[in-house]
Amino acid sequence: MNAFAAALGRELRLAIREPGEAATAVMFFVLAAILFPFGVGPEANLLARIAAGVLWVAALLAAMLSLERPFLGDYEDGNFEVLALSPLALSLVVAAKMLAHWLTTCIPLVAASPLLALLLDLGGGGYLALVAAMALGTPTVSLIGGVGAALTLGARRGGVLLSILVLPLLVPVLIFGAAAVDAAIAGLPVRQHLMVLAAMALAASALCPWASAAAVRQALE
Amino acid sequence: MNRARSDPAIAFSGRALDCMRGDRWVFSGLEFALGAGDVLVLSGPNGSGKSSLLRIMAGLLAPVSGAVQWHGADIADDRDAHAARLHYVGHLDAVKLALTVAENLRFWAALRGERDGIDRALDEFGLAPLADLPARFLSAGQRRRLAPAPPPPPARPPRFRPAGQRRRLALARIAASAAPLWLLDEPTVALDGEGVAAVHAAIRAHCAGGGCCVVSTNTALDLAGAAALDVGRYAAGPAVRP
Repeated sequence: MNAFAAALGRELRLAIREPGEAATAVMFFVLAAILFPFGVGPEANLLARIAAGVLWVAALLAAMLSLERPFLGDYEDGNFEVLALSPLALSLVVAAKMLAHWLTTCIPLVAASPLLALLLDLGGGGYLALVAAMALGTPTVSLIGGVGAALTLGARRGGVLLSILVLPLLVPVLIFGAAAVDAAIAGLPVRQHLMVLAAMALAASALCPWASAAAVRQALE
Repeated sequence: MNRARSDPAIAFSGRALDCMRGDRWVFSGLEFALGAGDVLVLSGPNGSGKSSLLRIMAGLLAPVSGAVQWHGADIADDRDAHAARLHYVGHLDAVKLALTVAENLRFWAALRGERDGIDRALDEFGLAPLADLPARFLSAGQRRRLAPAPPPPPARPPRFRPAGQRRRLALARIAASAAPLWLLDEPTVALDGEGVAAVHAAIRAHCAGGGCCVVSTNTALDLAGAAALDVGRYAAGPAVRP
């Protein structure tokens, strides 16, 4: 447990020392959401209808931006070799990376989402559901993204490949995430959508660290 | 290398190891054995498989056939246990440039549940004055060696040989926590005379304490009593394979 805390602390420290990655992701999220009103026109009804989907898609794309660095950095400078040979299981090493990604990238995205929703004039009841759905859905993004990042180690232009690999797998998160917000606006119960999102996060947290660790081992051979 | 050993206590051994990289045979039928306190020096031309052999010894790479054993138990059976008992220093230094010298060391020590060895390791490898400097400044491309001097102000890169200091930090990592088996891939590359002496001293101290050490090198090492293994002798194409 101490070793896991050390690994998590290191990831967080690295993310804070080099804040460009997380900041880029949040800036991308904000800009992408702001661009939509310019593209589709300022009709309040139309914007309100597409707001949930727009925010979710923008958040998914933004989260992809900062996934590659924690994995590729350790691969390129030899840290993964030593991490693979440390007493801490490699699946916990990558789990620390995924958790750090969620804390440093996804939490800021979740925090920014209600402000952007305001900009898109999301309907009254949707804000709380949006934040809850984002908070429950983004762990799956970090977890599955961590598998993709490990699989693309050593590939040229891995960042693009990473998005191509991971985004299709995140379609269920997008569907239930946006559906939760729509349901809240329509006055329907939100609970089942949130529970599906939580279930996906739990399943991903059970499976993804192992898959990611196996991919890292493969890359090290 | 079939050393007839009088003592049965062979700690670390490999039998009939075959290694293939891509579709090329690197070596085949390689054997080695080390007892507690032994040093094995790997030599051989470039591409003969010194690094591959060390990676096989570490469990990072699986041999095509053959087995590596620690006290008779196959290392492939319990990779985590094997990892816990070894230190590996490869070609890459595994130094995080955004962290300070001490933070780099502290992390590796914490992974192994160690807290006390850090200052000693910093001293041993002449890094103590730089403990709080971000590791990226170690590669500032300065030519002159750091004399024992007061710590330089963090804003100004210290006067250092570029890669050598990072190499020292990579090596200090292994001195900061205890593990019975050291696998060092060309540890003295990019080090100056003093750094090389520090490596030799660390290896001698490690082995005096009953540890095993395998070192690959292309230069002469000052390690009395070290066994030598010429990896190039086991070079084999498919035709020569047993």
